Amino acid sequence: MANAAVSAGMAGRPVYGSISRDRRWALRWSYFFLVLFAIFFLMPPIYMLITSLKSSAEISAAQNPWWVENPTLSNYVELLTQNQFLVFFRNSAIVSVCVVAISMVISVSAAFALARMKFWGSATLATGVFLTYLIPDTLLFIPLFKMFAFVRENLGIELMNHWWTLIIIYPTLTVPFCTWIMIGYFASIPKELDEAALIDGATWMQTLTKIFIPVALPGIIAATIFAFTVSWAQFLYPLAFTTSTSELVLPVGIVTTLIKGDVFNWGQIMTGALLGAAPPLIIYAFLMDYYIAGLTAGATKG
Amino acid sequence: MADIAARNTAILEGNRRGGLHRLMQRKSTIAFLMALPLIVLLGVLVAYPAGYAVWLSMLNKSMTKFVGFGNFEFLFKRATFWDVFFQSCLFAISAVIFKAIIGFVVAHFVHNIPTKGQRKWRGMLLVPWVIPPAMSTLAWLWLFDPSYSAINWVLMHFGIDRIPWTGEANWARFAVILVNIWVGAPFFMIMYLAALKSVPEQLYEAASIDGATWWQRIWYVTLPMMRNIIAITALFSLIVTFANFDIVRILTAGGPLNATHLFATWAFKVGIESGDIPLGAAVSLFMVPILAVAAAFILRDITKRGSEV
Repeated sequence: MANAAVSAGMAGRPVYGSISRDRRWALRWSYFFLVLFAIFFLMPPIYMLITSLKSSAEISAAQNPWWVENPTLSNYVELLTQNQFLVFFRNSAIVSVCVVAISMVISVSAAFALARMKFWGSATLATGVFLTYLIPDTLLFIPLFKMFAFVRENLGIELMNHWWTLIIIYPTLTVPFCTWIMIGYFASIPKELDEAALIDGATWMQTLTKIFIPVALPGIIAATIFAFTVSWAQFLYPLAFTTSTSELVLPVGIVTTLIKGDVFNWGQIMTGALLGAAPPLIIYAFLMDYYIAGLTAGATKG
Repeated sequence: MADIAARNTAILEGNRRGGLHRLMQRKSTIAFLMALPLIVLLGVLVAYPAGYAVWLSMLNKSMTKFVGFGNFEFLFKRATFWDVFFQSCLFAISAVIFKAIIGFVVAHFVHNIPTKGQRKWRGMLLVPWVIPPAMSTLAWLWLFDPSYSAINWVLMHFGIDRIPWTGEANWARFAVILVNIWVGAPFFMIMYLAALKSVPEQLYEAASIDGATWWQRIWYVTLPMMRNIIAITALFSLIVTFANFDIVRILTAGGPLNATHLFATWAFKVGIESGDIPLGAAVSLFMVPILAVAAAFILRDITKRGSEV
């Protein structure tokens, strides 16, 4: 409004008025398109929520699918009192927490060694770590499947159809990227800092735990979030390596047990999907800046 | 006196060098030990299986006999293989192009609005990327449901007839690409937004003083400044889109009539579900050439940037 008044007052100098009018229109168009894109981007999660609040009768009734007539929490109650679903949730939680712990220990110590201590072949190894990050899980699941059979025949350890097997293989998905971003964070710490610590008689271990980890804490949080979201969302490995319902993790459990043949109980499926999406979303809501820092730090998978 | 002093310093120096040498040796040993878990993990569970896949692909179905390129010859003769090949390329290329365009456009809109609102919008628009793809694809599956499709319900009000989203080959192809774009575009948006923030404002001021239109500003200022990040994001995305599994598996499971199978989903079907591990390995290996090319470009870019710093 003020701009309009200014441009009216400066009728003799139309250039200024047209620039501010352009800006104002650009802003309006920006908001308009942002709203459109937000609708497109948020439509599936919102529809998940809408469906999860409906009873099966309301879902199959011929009425507006975007509106809830009689909101009910029965889907949530049913799912959360179902032993099976709680088992999926527990498996997912244990696997993700263990994988986060393992990947952080492996990648922080390796990144420290590669960024600061340098040894024979360390530069090649850093490149190699990056290359393994580019090898997708879809290339590895078949040879891993065969390797598990080999382990069973020769060592007598059954790796197939156990949720804890996932703790062993998920780090392959998280460690390369976590190491890669930690190398970046560690390399940005000034050399004087750890030299001072070494002169004061600190061991390498002390330098790592007393100086590098506290200083690079934002990077560690970003890497932790990355490791958690990757292991929570992983779908291919559990689908290929686990089958009994007591061994499934959440994404596979929802897809394979709630969809039975042609009978789709959509209210429960959407409730399960929403509950499965909740942990990453909650972490994202509270630690958005770290999440985005981790994303842009080294160009994640997109 | 003098030579004693000289000898003493020589001894001291010798000692120090020896100590330093030992320290260096110890340092590199410690470093190697610290990196050892990583080397073992990636060696045993990534590098070895990757090589093992090549060996597996050259065995017969019961894995008792070496057949050389027999599996590959067999694949080349099958029409389904060429369908999968075509669909994988179509899927990856079109999805990456649209993700890049939508990401670029949305990043511009977010960049245009006042800074204090940007955080909120950015947070909202990244949600598709945060939700596990398997979970959000279930929501899409429900949105595309043949009889209760909520999208068709909306389209009906615009007079558009029922669309068989997952039932007809071309619509199904469109549907899996659409969901992939939906998942991946926010990632491009975040990357491009970060890149946009790093373009110095003076360049735009100089351009508008020279009378550049908005289009010329984008073409001659924004794009050249963002070229690196555009290229690297697109290459990364090309790798993961080409290797995609979750979306197609849940949305169409490759159907109707193998029209939407990608290398990954078909390899799963052939290798795990039908139990022909060598053939499955052979199928999945077709992802390697495009991965290798993209990886080579990314690596070149990263080492270049590394040497600039």
